[in-house]
Amino acid sequence: MLLIPCPHCGDRAQAEFAYERTADSVVPLDAAPDQAVAALFTRTNPRGIDEEIWRHTYGCGSWMLIRRDRVSHAIEWVKPIGPAVLP
Amino acid sequence: MAKYSALSLLRGAFNGQSHWQPAWRHPDPKASYDVVIIGGGGHGLATAHYLAKNHGITNVAVLEKGYIGSGNTGRNTTIVRSNYRLEPLSRFYEFSLKLWEQLSDELNYNVMFSPRGALTLGHSDGDMIRLAEKGDAMAVQGIDAELLTRDQVMKIEPCLDFSHDARFPIEGGMIQWRGGTARHDAVAWGFARSADSQGVDIIQQCEVTSMVVDAGRVVGVETSRGRINAGMVAICAAGHSGHVAAMAGLKLPVESQTLQAMVTEGVKPMVNTVVMTQSLHCYISQSDKGGIVFGGDPDNWPSYAQRGHAVTMELAVQQGLALIPALSRLRMLRTWAGVTDMSFDGSPIIGSTPVDGLWIDGGWCYGGFKATPGSGYLFADTLANQRPHEIIAPFSLDRFERGSPVDENGTGPFPNHR
Amino acid sequence: MIRFTFDGRALTAKPGQTLAAALLDHGIKLVGRSFKYHRPRGILSAGVEEPNALVTVGTGGRAEPNTRATDLYVYDGMVATSQNRWPSLSSDLGSALQLVAKALPAGFYYKTFFGPPKLWLFYEKFIRRAAGLGPAPVEADPDRYAQRAAFCDVLVVGAGPAGLIAARDAARAGKRVILVEQDAELAPSLLRDPQEIEGQPGSVWAASVAAELRAKGGRVLTRTSASGLWDDNFICLSEKLVEPGQVPQGAFTQRYWHVRADEVVLATGTLERPLTFANNDRPGVMLSQAVRTYVSRFGVVPGQRVVVATSNDDAYLTATALRQAGAEVVAVLDSRPSPAGQDSGFAVLNCAAPVSAAGGKRGVTGVTALIDGAERSFACDLIAMSGGFTPVVHLHMQAGGKLDWDDAAQAFVPGATRQNVRTVGSAAAPAPAETFGALGPAKQAFVDFQNDVTVADLDLAWREGYRSVEHLKRYTTLGMATDQGKTSNMAALDRIARREGMEVPQAGLTTFRPPYTPVSMGALVGLATGEHAQPTRRPALYDLHAAKHPIWLNAGYWKRPRAYPVGSETLAEAGLREARSVRQAVGLCDVSTLAKFEVQGPDAVQFLERVCQTTVGKLAVGRGRYTFMAREDGLVFDDGTVWRLEDNRYLLTSSTGGASRMATWLSYVRNYLCADLKVSVVCVQEHYAAIAVAGPQSSAVMAELTGAEAPRHMSVSETGIAGVPVLLMAASFSGERAFEVHFDARHAEAVWRAIEDKVLQAGGAPYGIEAMELLRIEKGHLVVGPDIDGRLTADELGLGKMVNKAGGWIGAATLHRPDFADSMRKQLVGIEAVNGGSIPEGAMLVRRVGEQAEGHVTASGLRIMEGGSIALAHLMGGHMRHGEELYAHSPTRKQTVKVRVGSPHFYDPSGERYRD
Repeated sequence: MLLIPCPHCGDRAQAEFAYERTADSVVPLDAAPDQAVAALFTRTNPRGIDEEIWRHTYGCGSWMLIRRDRVSHAIEWVKPIGPAVLP
Repeated sequence: MAKYSALSLLRGAFNGQSHWQPAWRHPDPKASYDVVIIGGGGHGLATAHYLAKNHGITNVAVLEKGYIGSGNTGRNTTIVRSNYRLEPLSRFYEFSLKLWEQLSDELNYNVMFSPRGALTLGHSDGDMIRLAEKGDAMAVQGIDAELLTRDQVMKIEPCLDFSHDARFPIEGGMIQWRGGTARHDAVAWGFARSADSQGVDIIQQCEVTSMVVDAGRVVGVETSRGRINAGMVAICAAGHSGHVAAMAGLKLPVESQTLQAMVTEGVKPMVNTVVMTQSLHCYISQSDKGGIVFGGDPDNWPSYAQRGHAVTMELAVQQGLALIPALSRLRMLRTWAGVTDMSFDGSPIIGSTPVDGLWIDGGWCYGGFKATPGSGYLFADTLANQRPHEIIAPFSLDRFERGSPVDENGTGPFPNHR
Repeated sequence: MIRFTFDGRALTAKPGQTLAAALLDHGIKLVGRSFKYHRPRGILSAGVEEPNALVTVGTGGRAEPNTRATDLYVYDGMVATSQNRWPSLSSDLGSALQLVAKALPAGFYYKTFFGPPKLWLFYEKFIRRAAGLGPAPVEADPDRYAQRAAFCDVLVVGAGPAGLIAARDAARAGKRVILVEQDAELAPSLLRDPQEIEGQPGSVWAASVAAELRAKGGRVLTRTSASGLWDDNFICLSEKLVEPGQVPQGAFTQRYWHVRADEVVLATGTLERPLTFANNDRPGVMLSQAVRTYVSRFGVVPGQRVVVATSNDDAYLTATALRQAGAEVVAVLDSRPSPAGQDSGFAVLNCAAPVSAAGGKRGVTGVTALIDGAERSFACDLIAMSGGFTPVVHLHMQAGGKLDWDDAAQAFVPGATRQNVRTVGSAAAPAPAETFGALGPAKQAFVDFQNDVTVADLDLAWREGYRSVEHLKRYTTLGMATDQGKTSNMAALDRIARREGMEVPQAGLTTFRPPYTPVSMGALVGLATGEHAQPTRRPALYDLHAAKHPIWLNAGYWKRPRAYPVGSETLAEAGLREARSVRQAVGLCDVSTLAKFEVQGPDAVQFLERVCQTTVGKLAVGRGRYTFMAREDGLVFDDGTVWRLEDNRYLLTSSTGGASRMATWLSYVRNYLCADLKVSVVCVQEHYAAIAVAGPQSSAVMAELTGAEAPRHMSVSETGIAGVPVLLMAASFSGERAFEVHFDARHAEAVWRAIEDKVLQAGGAPYGIEAMELLRIEKGHLVVGPDIDGRLTADELGLGKMVNKAGGWIGAATLHRPDFADSMRKQLVGIEAVNGGSIPEGAMLVRRVGEQAEGHVTASGLRIMEGGSIALAHLMGGHMRHGEELYAHSPTRKQTVKVRVGSPHFYDPSGERYRD
C-alpha cells in the first residue's frame, strides 16, 4: 500500500485515496467532439511515468495530480487541484 | 509429435520415463515469417496453433520476452464460463467454451478442463432478477443456464453460510454447469506443443523492442534477438498491449491495472463449483491440489507492477469468509498479481488497427483466460482472411469512436468506475 | 508435564517443547504422509520451513489443518492428528501409489485422462480426494482475531543477535522500534548454540536487550511473523496470541498488524539446505541444525547412532552436541577434500557424500556413501545433513530488492533495494558451503519433500523442454507446497544449472511472493466477519421502521423497509395494499436515502447546466423540475430533481444507489473542470431526512400539517411540521399528487410521527419500496439500474424532449458518434400482457420463442387498481414499434407471456392527477 503525500494532510495511506483518471483523459468542458472522443477513449498508458488525478476521498476530500512511476510506484510529485481560493 | 497416452506412461514405467521428447523446440528466429505473433501466452500460442491447423499458415513465429505462459496465462484464477448478459459477449465466450470442451483431445494435452459448474449467488430478490435476466439472455441463445433456489444452492455448496442473519444472505443462484476451471499452465503448454509440431517457431527470451514500419505499414519487428521481418504482426500481449502498440504509434482504449489472486494451503475437497456472486467482488474455487483459490477486484489504479496490494487482498478474503465462514482457519499460502488490459467498456479488443499490417488481440480485462481457445481460433481466422470474423466483429478497436461499446455493466468508459 | 494426544495416543511434553520435539522425545519418528505417493515422513527441520511433519491440531471449529509440528508449541489438552492417510498413519492404503509411482512421473496428468470433459470430471473426483492435505474445515471458527495498525521508525524482523543489536542501536538513537520474532523465544539460535555475548549467557543477554527496547518505548513481539513487505514499507505482521487450535485465554486468538515503517531491517537468518540422495525423505533423515536444536534447546536426542553428512563446517557443531548428549557419531561424511574437518576429533571421511539411505517408515537403518569414488555403508538410526545455508531473502525480494550471488556460500544474498530496507546478520553473509549435486538413484532422491518431486522429475521436465525455472516449478509442482520451496528451491536450481552447464544465478530464481509463512484467513479479516463483513447503513428512521417489523430490503449498504405487512400478508399482498392506499387516499414513505446536494453561489446555475442534461436556468425561485445527467460518453447515468430554493441556492437530488458515484462526479466537475466557477457543492445526503407523501389526499394532509396551502406541483416552500423547519417540495414519483418533505435528520422521528398521524386519519398508510416500485412502474417513471442502465441516451429513454437544446451539458460532445444514430438501438417502451399472465422481470423480448432476443423487461408491475400485468422494457427500435406483439420469454423460469408494446406511461399520461 502506497504512502501518498496529500498536499493538505501530509503522508497518508493509499487506502484513504481513490484514483480517478489519468491527466490525459480529462475532457475539457469546451472540448470539440473529436478531442472529447480521443481524450475519453485513448491512453498513452505508459509503462513508466504518468500523471494521474487522485482524490483524498476518505480524508480531506481534496483532489490532486500525482506524477508517479507505474512500475516502481515511486511518486515524483503531488500537486493540489481545485479552485485557487476555496469559497 | 509423440502421442501422449496412458499406455505411453505405462511404457515409461519400464524405461524410467526416458522416451519423452521435448514438448517444443527452442529454435533461433528466422529472418522472416508470414506472421509474427508478439506474446507467447495462451492467446498468442492458440492463435499460432489455429493459424497452422485451420489455415495451413505455419511460417509463424511466436515471440515471448520471458518464458511462454509467464504473463496472465499463469496468473489467473483459471475460471472458464460463458455466462454473460450481453449477446456479443456470451456468443463469443460460448464459442470459446465449446472449444474448451474438446481441447484436451484436440491438443493431445490434458488441460484439465473441469466443468464443475460456475455458480453465481444471489443475495437479494434484486440479485435474483438480474441473474434470471442474464440466464434468460443466455438461454435464448441456447447457452445452458439454470436458476437455483436457496435449497438447491445448499445442496450444491453446503459450505456456504445459509444462516438467515448472514451479512450476505443467499436467496438463490444461477449456475452454468458447463463452466468450471482448467489448468492454466497446461493451456499454454498444450498449445505450444501443438503449434510447434506443426512448424511454428516459439522463440522465448525474445523481447520486441520496436516495430519496423515501411511506408505506413508494419513489416517487421526489432527484437532482443535481432530484426525479424513479418508479413503481418499480431499483438497478443494483454497487460502490455498499450506498451507494444505504442511502438507503432498507437494509443489504445486501455489502462493497465493490477489484478490479484491468492491461494490457501491445500485441504480435502470442500468447494465443489466455482462460486461467484452477483453483488460482491470475490470468486472462489478449489484447485485439484486442494488450495482454495480466491480472486477479487483489481487494484483500480494503473500499474505495471506484477505485485498486488495488501488491502485489496484482505477485502477479497473478507467477502470470502462472509460466504464460507469455515475458511477462517485455513491459511493464505501465496498471493500473486497480473497486469491486465482494462478496456473502456470491459470487453476485449480484437481485430485490425489503423496501422497497416498490425493486428491486435487484447483488452481482456479479467476475462482473458477463458477466452483463450476462442480468441485463438477467431483471431487466426481474422488474420488468415484479413477481416474480422463475424463473432469478434463487435470487439473492433474502432467501436469506441463509432459509439458501440459492449458495456456488460453499463458503467461507462472508466475501468475504476466499474 | 503437559498432556496432549497424537492420533489418539496420550502423550506428555516438557514446557517449551514443540510438537516435533515432544514426538521425537517419545521416539515417534513417523509423523505424516507425503502429498502424492503417501510416502512415510518424519521430521526434517525445527522451524517454519518444515515440509513433512504436518498435522491437524485442535478440534471442531478450532481445527487447523496443515500445522507444522515444528512450529507448534505443545499446550495442555492439545489434540494433534496426522493427515493424508487412511485408515492410519502406519498402514496407509494410499501408500500403494508408491507401487505405481514409476508410471506417475511429474506432469503425468497432462499426458492421460483424455476424452470428454465429463470423463475428466469423473477422474478428477478421485484425484481431488487423494490430493489436498488436511481435512476440509466444516464448522465456523468460534474465535476472534484482532487487527491493529502501528507506525515506527525502524522495524526489525528477526530477534537473533543481529536483529537484537540492530534494534538496540536504533532505540538508542531515539528511534521508535518494533522488533518481531516468529519463534516463541528471543534469539532461538542462542538456545541452539549457547554462547556468551557481552559477558552474559546468550539468552540472558537477549532478555536484557528486549527489556532495554521496551524501556525505551519499543515493542517486542514474539510468535509474530512478518508475512508481507509491500510498497513504501507497509508490513503485515501476524502474531499468535495462543497456539493453533488452542482456546484463547484473552479475547483473541491472533493479532494481525498493519505497520508502516520508515526503515525495515531484515535479520531473518538462513535456512539449512538438505542433501539430495536416494531415500533422503525417510523418517530419521534430518537437517543438521535441526538435530542440534532438538538436542540443545529441547533436550531430545533424535538418534543414538548418527551419521553426519555435510558440505560445511557448521555440522561439526551438531556432531559435538550429539556426542555430548551421549549419542554415537558413527561417521562424518564431508564432501570437501581433506583436511576439512580432520581436526574435529570425529571419524571424518572427506570427499564423501550419502548416496542412499536404508530403512522404511520406522526410520532409517543405515546409509550408503560414496567416498572418493568407492561405496561404503554405515548402520545408523539418524542422518544429520547439511547442504549449506540459504539466506531468508523473501521479504527483501517482496520489497523489490535484487539478489546477488555469493559464490563461497553458493547462495543468493540480498542486493540493491528500492525501498528503505537492509539486511543484517547471516542473511546478508551466510556461512561458506559447497554444493555437489544429487547422488544415488534419481527416482528416490527427493528435492521437494511435500510434493514428492524427485531429481528424476526435474530431469524429465528439463528433457521435455520445461527449462525455465518457472516452467520447471509449474510442471513438477516443485516449490508449490505449503513451505513454498524453502527447502527445495536451491537444490532444484543447482540441478538445472548442472544440466544447462551454467552457474546457478544464470538458471534464475522464482519470485518470492507474500506471505513468507502462511497467514490464517481469520487474521486477514479481523473483526470484519458475520454481520460486520461489510458496513450496514441505517437511515435516521431505522428504529421507527424496525418497530413496525417491516420486510427489509438490502439496497446497497442501506436497510430500507420494503413493505409493512399487516397480519399474515405476503410481500406482494402488502405491497399492493400499500400502493392502492396511495392511489386512493394517501401514503408516506421514507426516502431519506436519496442523494442530495446543495449547490450555492453566483455560478450555481452554470454548474448545474453542465451536469444536468435539462435546462435549470429557467427555473424561478421556488420551482423545481425533473432532471437527468449524462456521462462524458453521452449516456444517461442518473436522474433526480433540481429545486431553486433561493436566487443562487439549489437542491439537487439523485438516486440512492448512485449517491457516492454522483458525489465524486460533482466534486470532480466542480474542482477540476469548473475550478473558476463561484459555486459550492455540498453533499447533504444524510443531513436531510426525507419523507414522501403521496396520494389524492396528500395536499390536504400537508395543508393541515403546515397550516398553509400546499405548494402546487413542482413548487417548493419552506415551512414547518411539528415545529421542525422543512422544505416541502411538490414532486411525484408515484403518479399521484405528492410531496417530498426534507428536513434536518435529527428530527426525523417527530416529523414522521406527525405526518403518519394525519395520513392514518385520512385513511392512508405507510408504504415501502415494493409499493413505490408498483406506483412508479405504472406511471412510467424510471429507476437508475434496471431502466437507466448506463447504456442508453436520453432520446432512447424517451427523455429527448427535455434535453437542453442549447447544449453545454457534459456528454454533448460525444453524442455525435455515428452508431448512436442507429434507430435499431435499444429504446425504452412499455409492455402489457395481452392474454393475462404475469410478465417476468428480466425476461427477454422475442418475436417468437426460439428467436433471438430483441430486448428485455427492465421492471415488471401491474395496474394497481384494475389488475393486469404491465412492465417497462428496453426494445430494439422500440419507439417505432408501439402496437407490435411480442413474447416476454423467460426460459430459466419457464414462463412465456404474450405482450403488446406501447407507451411506458400506463397511468395518467397527461398528469391530471398532479393538479388539486
